[in-house]
Amino acid sequence: MTAPHPHLLTLLAGLAAILVAASAIGYVLQWRLSPDGSNTVIENLNDRIRAWWVMVVLMGLALIGGRTGVTLLFAFCSFAALREFVTLTNTRRADHWALAAAFFIVLPAQYYLIWIGWYGLYSIFIPVYAFLLLPILAVLAGDTTRFLERTAKVQWGLMICVFCLSHVPALLNLKIPGYEGRNALLIVFLVLVVQSSDVFQYVWGKLFGKRKVAPAISPSKTVEGLAGGVLSATVLGAFLWWITPFNVWQAALMALAINVMGFFGGLVMSAIKRDRGVKDWGDLIEGHGGMLDRLDSVVFAAPVFFHLTRFWWT
Amino acid sequence: MWARALEEITAPSDGEGTEMLAKLVAGLIVGFARFITAVRGKWEGIEPVDGQRVYFANHASHGDFVLIWTVLPPRLRQRTRPVAGADYWLKGQLRTFIGRDVFNAVLIDRNRENRKDDPIALMTAALDGGASLIVFPEGTRNTGEMPLLPFKSGLYHLGKARPDVDLVPVWIDNLNRVMPKGEIVPIPLICTVTFGAPIRVGETQAKEEFIARAEAALLALSPKTAVP
Repeated sequence: MTAPHPHLLTLLAGLAAILVAASAIGYVLQWRLSPDGSNTVIENLNDRIRAWWVMVVLMGLALIGGRTGVTLLFAFCSFAALREFVTLTNTRRADHWALAAAFFIVLPAQYYLIWIGWYGLYSIFIPVYAFLLLPILAVLAGDTTRFLERTAKVQWGLMICVFCLSHVPALLNLKIPGYEGRNALLIVFLVLVVQSSDVFQYVWGKLFGKRKVAPAISPSKTVEGLAGGVLSATVLGAFLWWITPFNVWQAALMALAINVMGFFGGLVMSAIKRDRGVKDWGDLIEGHGGMLDRLDSVVFAAPVFFHLTRFWWT
Repeated sequence: MWARALEEITAPSDGEGTEMLAKLVAGLIVGFARFITAVRGKWEGIEPVDGQRVYFANHASHGDFVLIWTVLPPRLRQRTRPVAGADYWLKGQLRTFIGRDVFNAVLIDRNRENRKDDPIALMTAALDGGASLIVFPEGTRNTGEMPLLPFKSGLYHLGKARPDVDLVPVWIDNLNRVMPKGEIVPIPLICTVTFGAPIRVGETQAKEEFIARAEAALLALSPKTAVP
């Protein structure tokens, strides 16, 4: 393990400062407007801030722990996300071995491949090998009821929760000339931009939101929130150019790509929740819902960010 | 060699060592249950506070009472004993250790014809000793398509014998998908344990009437009957 890059420590200290400010504001709001805990918006805001503390601390520890720490953290996130995903699908008894393989073989294998940095295999392992292996396991159980639907759902869950998400720790594998030893900062860039986009959209939407973007899918998303959030987060990304291998306008474009993917990721995952008749994927994270509620935008942004960076900078 | 060592440490004794091991194993089982099911207790008709209770739950898996146990606050957990079949839990030393020392189960003989101890007497004795109980009134694991099997009459007799004890319906959701009968590898899925409003046996209530009421109270907690 090498010492964490000073930029990383600066950023973590900055985040801690922002969270201290947010906690203070939340505390004052509660004290002035909701002393008995009756204002649900403020209670939810404070729940969210507390959860942010936990997430930032975990993320910081993982990044300081280096490759192993980050890989383990995201492997656990994938596990929790897949657990939520499978809970909401109508699997049958005959899927038992396919699901067991997805959780206990495919997921650890994918993260192991990321950990040893075998790009040639981890980028096709789930799309090719798991894609073929899982229906074989399912068909051996001899139940043809909704077979295609069941197989497709397990594969989709693996793609979203494991394959796409594993592209976050995979950023550590990119060999960018002149950027050696700083790859952890790419993860910080991605996660900060995409999560701040969620926060900015929430704030802009709460303050100025009027016209709904997709009322049939996600009633809380507004045009004002979307535009304000994506623009703010893109500006933030441009300001973070110094931690990336990009220059200012490249960082802005990357942030924009991340934000657009993140927004549509949230929309797609909401459509699934709607279809299944639930509001949240779970309740692992107080005030945020489940792991997938927090990670839906990261999931969609990570592989695109990974490949854009890989294509142009390595 | 390992089996031998296991036998030695789990051999029946009332020593402090056994007790510590039982606590450790209990912690491991609770941790494992949380890892696989991320289980959460929903208290929708009663609070997790002190007070003697009989929790009656649907039964679809051997892990059922582990889940109830996991979501109970540790203080209540210590005083809550599952009621389970002696035929299953006294088979082999490991099961006996888990059933008797870890879960402190009230073991009853399910064989009506030649049993010596009356199950209701065993359960009331446990209640009189200050414990809360977890019972599965369906009597056996439900592995079919029906949401609930018809209740046996034990809950009625228990409620009649100790009319001051709250009977709390508890719906365990999804665990049958985690580990279907006959499988050995659990699938990680989110489970919930919902505690409903307590009921008691009315003074003049007939057995059938009470059982129908208890079944309805339990079924009402199932998310599948609430959400299409």
